[in-house]
Amino acid sequence: MALLEIRNLHATVDGKPILKGIDLSIGKGEVHAIMGPNGAGKSTLSYVIAGREGYEVTDGRILFDGEDLLELEPDERACAGLFLAFQYPVEIPGVTNTTFLKTALNAQRKGRGEGELDAMQFLKFVREKAKPLGIGDDMLKRAVNVGFSGGEKKRNEVLQMAVLEPKLAVLDETDSGLDIDALKIVADGVNAMRRPDNATLVITHYQRLLDHIVPDRVHVLADGRIIKSGGKELALDLEAKGYAQFGGAAAA
Amino acid sequence: MAKETMTDFPLAAAFDEAAPRLPGSDVAWLDALRAQGISTFRAHGLPSRKVEAWRYTNLNALARAGFAAAEVDVKLAALPDGAALALDDACSIVLVNGRLRPDLSDLDRLPDGVSAEGLGDLLRRAPSRAESLIAPAPNASAGALAALNDAFLEDGLILQIEAGAKVDVPIHLVAVGVPVPGKAIAFHPRNLIVAAAGSHATFVESHIGAAQGSYFSNGLTDVRIGRGAMLTHAKFQDESAAAFHVALVRASIGEDASYDSFVLHRGAELARHEVHAAIDGSGAECRLNGAYLGTGQQHIDNTTVIEHRAPGSRSSEVFKGVLADRAHGVFQGRIVVHRDAQQTDGNQLNKTLLLSRNAEMDTKPELEIYADDVKCSHGATVGELSEMELFYLRARGIDEATARDILVSAFLSEAVSELRDETLASIFAERITGWVDARHADDAEKAA
Repeated sequence: MALLEIRNLHATVDGKPILKGIDLSIGKGEVHAIMGPNGAGKSTLSYVIAGREGYEVTDGRILFDGEDLLELEPDERACAGLFLAFQYPVEIPGVTNTTFLKTALNAQRKGRGEGELDAMQFLKFVREKAKPLGIGDDMLKRAVNVGFSGGEKKRNEVLQMAVLEPKLAVLDETDSGLDIDALKIVADGVNAMRRPDNATLVITHYQRLLDHIVPDRVHVLADGRIIKSGGKELALDLEAKGYAQFGGAAAA
Repeated sequence: MAKETMTDFPLAAAFDEAAPRLPGSDVAWLDALRAQGISTFRAHGLPSRKVEAWRYTNLNALARAGFAAAEVDVKLAALPDGAALALDDACSIVLVNGRLRPDLSDLDRLPDGVSAEGLGDLLRRAPSRAESLIAPAPNASAGALAALNDAFLEDGLILQIEAGAKVDVPIHLVAVGVPVPGKAIAFHPRNLIVAAAGSHATFVESHIGAAQGSYFSNGLTDVRIGRGAMLTHAKFQDESAAAFHVALVRASIGEDASYDSFVLHRGAELARHEVHAAIDGSGAECRLNGAYLGTGQQHIDNTTVIEHRAPGSRSSEVFKGVLADRAHGVFQGRIVVHRDAQQTDGNQLNKTLLLSRNAEMDTKPELEIYADDVKCSHGATVGELSEMELFYLRARGIDEATARDILVSAFLSEAVSELRDETLASIFAERITGWVDARHADDAEKAA
């Protein structure tokens, strides 16, 4: 059984149809990439999967590990093992990164019937996860994403992913705004989490992230539909020829 | 004036009966002060909304409740448990319905350099010494409710910090309102805090109710901070749910002195905390900060006036609040920079989070600047919780109610963190968390 099964998904934003019948199946242990021009519906797909308000599903369904994902609240989806790395991580003044991570982890552990970690256990755990990402105590003590550089924000997303250990991580344009070094750190972080029982969906405009996080399948999204799927070589083809060959808007 | 005010407040009529029982009723200066007070109050009555300073705060409910002067004997053997701020090492002084209660206070273990006495006691024993202490500063603001406080001048705390004394034990004034069943009572505590030159001290107030019921606390506190002195003045307003709390602080701040004040409102049906701070010496600093938490039909008013009268002084204000249900908040902040107060630096910020469509906030910043070399800023925002922030927290597995609580607490933490005394800041933060948790439990109950 696939970990994520999307069937004939239609969704609107403010009454405007954005997703127009998406079919996608991601199995455990797999990495899939969705590529597409601006305005194709890439971010809409990630928000629909995560359950953001205002993104209305008008037809189709999403099964996550056999469960009807669309029946769940955003926090229930997270507790079920879904993780969205935001394209634009949100700043939360007045809440420290550590408090945020600890509250989230314990909420998920509680949801799974596991015991909560106390402050000391958590600190030890989070430091282990933070170290390979180059995140020190100062960044853990600061308010969530407040005053973080673009690269710090993306590394912070990967830290959250490492702490929460999701079954499926959706990375929405995680490469945007990253220089090569930061891209490498982020990609290494994601790769370190790959296991036979989890999966990753990488949403990106450019091929370069896929040099580091190598996908099993690549899908081209244009005008709300997946119009082509293939192996990792499809990404290289797109990089060379652009999106215009699919009749969608040209790459910006 | 008669048209603009409500004159039929029962306290005006009750004065003639109460006056002979007030301490020092045969002392000429006191008689004159009280007579002047009641005549001013009779002429003006309770301020109506046509008075600019009361434009957003309607005292009709106070007028309707028809308060009478407080009973003399209030039986209260012990303080309500856990109601006042938990200041473990503080020296506490207790007022019950505006009257000092030595039996409940720590008057016998005051820290070195501190003297504390009851105003009522002083008026009886040494009225002439009281006169020099009570005499208002020449520019002191009056108003009908301050006049009413003059008229019923009876008791309160006189706290004096000796010159140069560095007092690290906080002085904690616990003001308890004890409602009398079937009777609406009023009391008018008058406090004086004098921090003499070069002294450092912390004065904290907890205003709490001993039981559910209505009462009217009309307090007036004069604060005098001498040259180079530093006073931290924090207040927790958590009166009974049906109580009316009106308090005026008149502070005068001397050269190179520092006044760091904070107020947290959580209780009362109607509360108004008004501060008039006069910066009289150069190099002085005045910080007025606060937070307010409103639910139900609570009305919470913070009104501040800062007068920069001397050059090179700084003032800053951060007031942040959260209003739920049908709560109504008011912030009025006036900064006056007088002609000689060059190089003034004044900053003011008021931010309110509305948790319901029926909650309401009125905010009115006012700058009045007569000097030309001045830096002044003000800002005010009224908004809702950010949908994006909520989604971000929920996308990490935090349920909606908890996510809201986290954002509300985070929003308020900015105001609390303005308090430089970190111990005090954490004590106030706990009270905010307690409020957020209680609301959470209420909501869960309603949903069940």
